[in-house]
Amino acid sequence: MKPIDDARRVETAFFRRGFLAGAAGLLATPALAQAPLAAPGTPGGQPIIDVPGAQRNPIPIAITGLSGSPGGVDVGGVVSADLARCGLFRPLGEAGFAADAATTPNFQNWRASGAHALVTGQVTGTDPLRVEFRLWDVLQGTQIQGTAYTTTAANWRRIAHIVADVVYERLVGEKGYFDTRIVYVAASGRRGSQSKRLAIMDQDSANNRILTDGSWLVLTPRFNPVRDQIAFMSYANNRPRVYLFDLGTGRQTTFGEFEGMSFAPRFSPDGGSCILSVTRGGGSDIFVVDAATHAARRLTSSGSIDTSPCYSPDGSQIVFNSDRGGDQQLYIMGAGGGGARRISYGHGRYATPVWSPRGDLIAFTRLSGGTFAIGVMAPDGSGERILSESFSVEGPTFAPNGRVLMFCRETQAHDSSGSGYSARLVSIDITGFNERQVPTGSDASDPAWSPLNA
Amino acid sequence: MKTKLLGAISAIALLAACSHNPPANTGGAGGMANTNSGPSTGSVVPGSQEDLVANVGDRVFYELNSSTLTDAGQATLSKQADWLAKYPNVSIQIAGNCDDRGTEEFNLALGQRRANAAKDFLQAKGVSSSRITTISYGKDRPTALGDDEQAWSQNRNAITSVKSGPGV
Repeated sequence: MKPIDDARRVETAFFRRGFLAGAAGLLATPALAQAPLAAPGTPGGQPIIDVPGAQRNPIPIAITGLSGSPGGVDVGGVVSADLARCGLFRPLGEAGFAADAATTPNFQNWRASGAHALVTGQVTGTDPLRVEFRLWDVLQGTQIQGTAYTTTAANWRRIAHIVADVVYERLVGEKGYFDTRIVYVAASGRRGSQSKRLAIMDQDSANNRILTDGSWLVLTPRFNPVRDQIAFMSYANNRPRVYLFDLGTGRQTTFGEFEGMSFAPRFSPDGGSCILSVTRGGGSDIFVVDAATHAARRLTSSGSIDTSPCYSPDGSQIVFNSDRGGDQQLYIMGAGGGGARRISYGHGRYATPVWSPRGDLIAFTRLSGGTFAIGVMAPDGSGERILSESFSVEGPTFAPNGRVLMFCRETQAHDSSGSGYSARLVSIDITGFNERQVPTGSDASDPAWSPLNA
Repeated sequence: MKTKLLGAISAIALLAACSHNPPANTGGAGGMANTNSGPSTGSVVPGSQEDLVANVGDRVFYELNSSTLTDAGQATLSKQADWLAKYPNVSIQIAGNCDDRGTEEFNLALGQRRANAAKDFLQAKGVSSSRITTISYGKDRPTALGDDEQAWSQNRNAITSVKSGPGV
């Protein structure tokens, strides 16, 4: 088929001239222009599906041609699992579908199969690996997108996640979140003397890796939004402090010099600084620390416990929790400190506020009446909604598109030896839809979602 | 058609990267000594952790979400101050702990506040601040492993451990 031939030609040029990914956009338009069938079915990234509708009736989507490959990698399976997991799609099994990669699909047959959307494609080569795919609107009979990717074989799952993100973005009308990672704390051993290690995995739980050796207690890892780096808290040498972990080198370095314990780090949206708490006497103050110079500046000094700070996505404000008014509540202040105003007024104590990357919501942990809950509210404190409530849930983190939260859920021990206790990661849509456990190899807590991978 | 070439993404070196030595007995991790497991006084080294546990009391307890010393807590700390006066070469660590009915980061601060309250009391009783260090484990070092009020009340504490002196 002509467009595929065009793509192949473009790609060959890329290889020969050594262009990097960033150059792809320069040639995209001519390539599209040579491929009349590639005209998008809907202009300008308009959403095709209605999210509330898809939550009730997930969009049937067929994915074909991406599962067989010379290297035995199942790109189609990963795409299909991503789309199924987000709850908005119902992938149809490949069984019974003829491979339909090389030609314009027979839309009549696909309509009869029940599919509304169709992904066709093929995987060629082993290393490097080439994945080409096309997304089709079956009902309109039009191509929505056609893209080919080439990468080293080791990255094949990333390509699958990128394909799933493209499908999501073109059909839902907002950025996807599949080409992302989760950093968290993996725990092993008996409760009370558990060994805790930093761990990182893809958002679909694949490629799980342990980052620290468990010699020291580690807590609350958070991604740097612009560098491959994690801020976290470590009890190394029995001096609990905030550290940085460089994912490229594995090096750990202290972050800032404080007399008291430093904890609760979180980067600014531009990665230029990190806010954290430092104990002083019986209280904890919030500081901002420059990421390059490590110069620190105090932002609060209320004498109470001010902690769990998080920037607004534009970096102009900070939400945090404080017991300055008697019990633990949420406050917002300017990024330079000062003028804190309380925003949480519901029933109970409020903690661990995180600002949505979209800016429209703040997610939190609420403690009330013997149960914990994960909820969201508008930044002015209005419109509070509880998404999940149980014996113990804590510490929400947003997917980079602001559509999904992940948090930790603990089950209650049923005897004095702690049996029955477990800690698991759970994800949920911000509407409270599609709650599901995230597989980890061990007890897990303190999840933090990465930005979309660069 | 758009074609995109993803460069080789640098392999992440995910080595166990702690640059420190493995911990010796870190002590003071909240569980090293149980109040009710003290040995008979016959074999206890005076001024040791065992002595503290068996004859003085190594920990004080707090109410929910509070760092205010109770009467019982003040009594225990008064005895600790007397004991420390008797063994001037002993230095201690006070570890503040919380039940798990709170959030991680807030509990780190609350545990520090509890350790501090105990330290302030000992200082007021004449123990030099140079002999006392504090640490908070938040909710991460529970001594009681259950999930009921009895366990939680035991886990809201400040635990004193001997860091240097006889028997260390």
